[in-house]
Amino acid sequence: MSKTTATGTPPERADDPDLGAAGSQLSTAPREELANLPALGVIGWARWFWRQLTSMRVALLLLLLLSLGAIPGSLIPQSGIDETKVADFRKAHSFLAPVYDKLGLFHVYSSVWFSAIYILLFVSLIGCIIPRTWQFIGQLRGRPPGAPKRLTRLPAYTTWRTETEPEQVREAALALLKKRRFRAHLAGDAVAAEKGYLREIGNLAFHIALIVLLTAFAWGQLFKSEGNKLVVEGDGFSNTLSQYDDFKSGNLFSSDDLVPFSFNLDKFTGTYETSGPNRGTPRTYQAALTYSQGAYGKDKKDLVKVNEPLEIGNAKVYLTAHGYAPLITVRDGRGRVVYRDAVPLLPLDSNVTSTGVVKVLDGYKNAKGVSEQLGISAFFLPTYTKGSETASTFPALQNPVLNLTPYHGDLGVDSGIPQSVYQLDKSHVKEFKDSKGAQLRDNLKPGQTMQLPNGAGTVTYESTKEWANFQVVQQPGTDWALGGALVAIFGLAGSLFIQRRRVWVRAVKGADGVTVVEMAGLGRSESAKVPEELGDLAGILYDGAPGAPEPDDDTDDHSDAEPDAGSSDQDDTTTPDTEVVPAEGAEK
Amino acid sequence: MTLAAGTELATATNEHLANISNTLIYSAMAVYTLAFFTYIAEWIFGSRSKIARTANALTAGKAAAKAPVVTVNKAGGTAVLERPKVVVRASAGARDVPDGPGAHGGDEQGDLYGRIAISLTVLAFLIHLGGVVARAASVERAPWGNMYEFNITFSTVAVGVYLTLLALKKNIRWLGLFLITTVLLDLGIAVTVLYTASDQLVPALHSYWLYIHVSTAILCGAVFYVGAVGTLLYLFKDSYETKLENGGTPGRFATSFLERLPASSSLDKFSYRINAAVFPLWTFTIIAGAIWAESAWGRYWGWDPKETWAFITWVAYACYLHARATAGWKGRKAAYLALIAFGCWLFNYYGVNIFVSGKHSYAGV
Ligand code: HEM
Repeated sequence: MSKTTATGTPPERADDPDLGAAGSQLSTAPREELANLPALGVIGWARWFWRQLTSMRVALLLLLLLSLGAIPGSLIPQSGIDETKVADFRKAHSFLAPVYDKLGLFHVYSSVWFSAIYILLFVSLIGCIIPRTWQFIGQLRGRPPGAPKRLTRLPAYTTWRTETEPEQVREAALALLKKRRFRAHLAGDAVAAEKGYLREIGNLAFHIALIVLLTAFAWGQLFKSEGNKLVVEGDGFSNTLSQYDDFKSGNLFSSDDLVPFSFNLDKFTGTYETSGPNRGTPRTYQAALTYSQGAYGKDKKDLVKVNEPLEIGNAKVYLTAHGYAPLITVRDGRGRVVYRDAVPLLPLDSNVTSTGVVKVLDGYKNAKGVSEQLGISAFFLPTYTKGSETASTFPALQNPVLNLTPYHGDLGVDSGIPQSVYQLDKSHVKEFKDSKGAQLRDNLKPGQTMQLPNGAGTVTYESTKEWANFQVVQQPGTDWALGGALVAIFGLAGSLFIQRRRVWVRAVKGADGVTVVEMAGLGRSESAKVPEELGDLAGILYDGAPGAPEPDDDTDDHSDAEPDAGSSDQDDTTTPDTEVVPAEGAEK
Repeated sequence: MTLAAGTELATATNEHLANISNTLIYSAMAVYTLAFFTYIAEWIFGSRSKIARTANALTAGKAAAKAPVVTVNKAGGTAVLERPKVVVRASAGARDVPDGPGAHGGDEQGDLYGRIAISLTVLAFLIHLGGVVARAASVERAPWGNMYEFNITFSTVAVGVYLTLLALKKNIRWLGLFLITTVLLDLGIAVTVLYTASDQLVPALHSYWLYIHVSTAILCGAVFYVGAVGTLLYLFKDSYETKLENGGTPGRFATSFLERLPASSSLDKFSYRINAAVFPLWTFTIIAGAIWAESAWGRYWGWDPKETWAFITWVAYACYLHARATAGWKGRKAAYLALIAFGCWLFNYYGVNIFVSGKHSYAGV
């Protein structure tokens, strides 16, 4: 009388063949197939290859490869992150470097082999998601599979006898399960119900979100741009390629993509801890900007801090570094101002000891009236303390001293070789000598002037400005990446925390006219929740269909639905082991 | 100048607090050491018992090896008849082995020592927590600006996770000795090698994303650690059971030790659940880090070594979860993956901070 379950696909998850179709399709994970060799022919091979690629086993392998492949990039200098380190490495390892070059180890994350791994994973992912989605939709349109013949075989089982009519029990069960938001239906003499589809939805959402995330990331890499610009207080910047100090962009970026805007650095403020063990630790860095968007945008003001970039359209302006720029005035022998500018100096340490060069390229004539160039090495201490002549003792401007060493001659700027603005090419310049014949150098405080010998002019340190370095970044797809990441988290939580499970309730009249109720539960994995929930449901149903006394004879006979005598589980159901093992419920 | 005087006063208070913090951390270490010896006593007294449930279950012969039965008693009711009981059956192919009784091995005195050890652990935890809070107060920020602070906070959280699970009546008392051993190691390294005088953060570390990112990273690490201990013990217990099953006789020490642990299948399930439960949080941690990087450095992902290893750890745990769902990879192979994944986490914390230079240079060593 019980519904047979002879037909049906072999179980995928449930390990017990007795379960028949009942355990099938509890998840949409691809079936693990033996790697039988394909039938002959191109199509056979292609199909075989595709199956392999989209199998869980290969997905696992590709994931493993991805994590292994990411390792070298974290240990070997990467040209995308730090060119100079790569250059140092090349110098130090003349044998390894060419080998690394061949293997793309200086740019692992854009190398052919790394790309191959994630592209294969990507294909595998898509090839996995599409059939699983169809399968899942099929499951949603179908109904939970009917009760297996022997419910005692299921991981959680309970039974009792009642005087209530079987139809009534089944109806009550159907109503109860539906109320508990199971998808339930009556199939033959039993109610079949299933719950927890959100697990599959979460899992699919997670994997799809990974695709979105990866696509957004790749898109961002291809179209991104990133440039640096050092701006002295009072100066400005407008967002065109030529204005940048350095600029990097993705392969598909075009300069038309630059968001049109401009800004002015009104003031940079840095404050520091003034006492205690953390003396000198920065407390705030902020840059006050006036900016305008587009060609004729209105002026707006904003503060940019280290963690708070200014957003203009798709572009973000980050504050990344700061330093000092002494305002220098150079006069020639006749007292004519030939140079007046704030010269940005590069910080050397956390107390902003800085160096740089003042380059007077044209307009200067020496005492004899001959055109020359001037190069003045500058060494700057924002806080000079007696006894510490070569390093600043505090990062703020407490007692600034500028040490200048002037040279004259040809700075070699026109030689065509690119030259750093912070370095002086000394091959074609001469020192100035002081009255004692030693090289001329002098320490200046703001407002002080240094005399060049023999009426060659003067150099005045007027005051100190600050400069800030801004990084302007445009990276499209960021919102998509964030969206994908959020969906991934929620999908993942659904996939890991929700149990998909099935419950069957069978009620049939036994030979003695008493109804036998059997209930069983099956989860995708062994979990304490399934028996707990079953016990809960059974308790409620039991209250509606209370127990009838046990017949005196052997329990084996009281129902057709009971399993064969001799099954090892048989005695368990009637004489449950009294030892209570806290195994399942006691765990997390 | 009044302003300067105020600052100095505050500084003095902060140094005072920092000293209190140090004292508390040392005191916590002392109490942890007491707890450590008490746990040892629990294990030693427990070894007197001759309980051999695993051996009995596995060597009593296949015929007698019945499916284990768990009864879930439905809440009372006054029905005269017995209410239905749920019978639980292990899935086919799984070993039917009962869980061990715990470190005390059913020995009363052992159990007493175990309880004392847990009380001491609670006490040490409170002192430890006080030390972390005082440290945070002294620097006026979250206590994870350098490796010293990260270490002391990490072990507080690990002990907190353990005590929480205990309070939730989970069967994990067996974890105690292993946990306290590592906590002592962790604190020992912190106060000797990693100690940094309390200091402020550089502006790049001023962000509420830092709070979210680092606090979840610490929590994930602590939970991953608990999972890794479970996995390691699973491997031992599994070998032990396999040996028994094949008719071998494990050594006396192994028997005494492993008989008292939960069954391998329970340990395996325990570590799976732990790892699976924090994996979404770890995912979130990485995303929070990316958001922070985006606002601090102008890119949300730049393959900085720290980021790369967080990614590697993430993929390794994803491998583990996939392995659990893939035939042929369940069990020991998956367990190795879980250990590798935790190794990646550890390397990301210690290895990358110490050996690899990157933008995350807050190590303070
Ligand atoms: C980008 C790489 C991938 C990552 C990071 C990833 C991650 C994950 C995670 C974390 C889970 C949750 C584990 C669970 O539910 O127990 C999962 C489940 C799953 N993944 Fe992936 N996955 C990736 C690629 C793939 C691919 C390529 C496939 C297809 C072959 C796949 C198929 C599955 C399936 C079928 C499940 C569910 C397993 C189950 O129902 O127990 N995944 N994946």
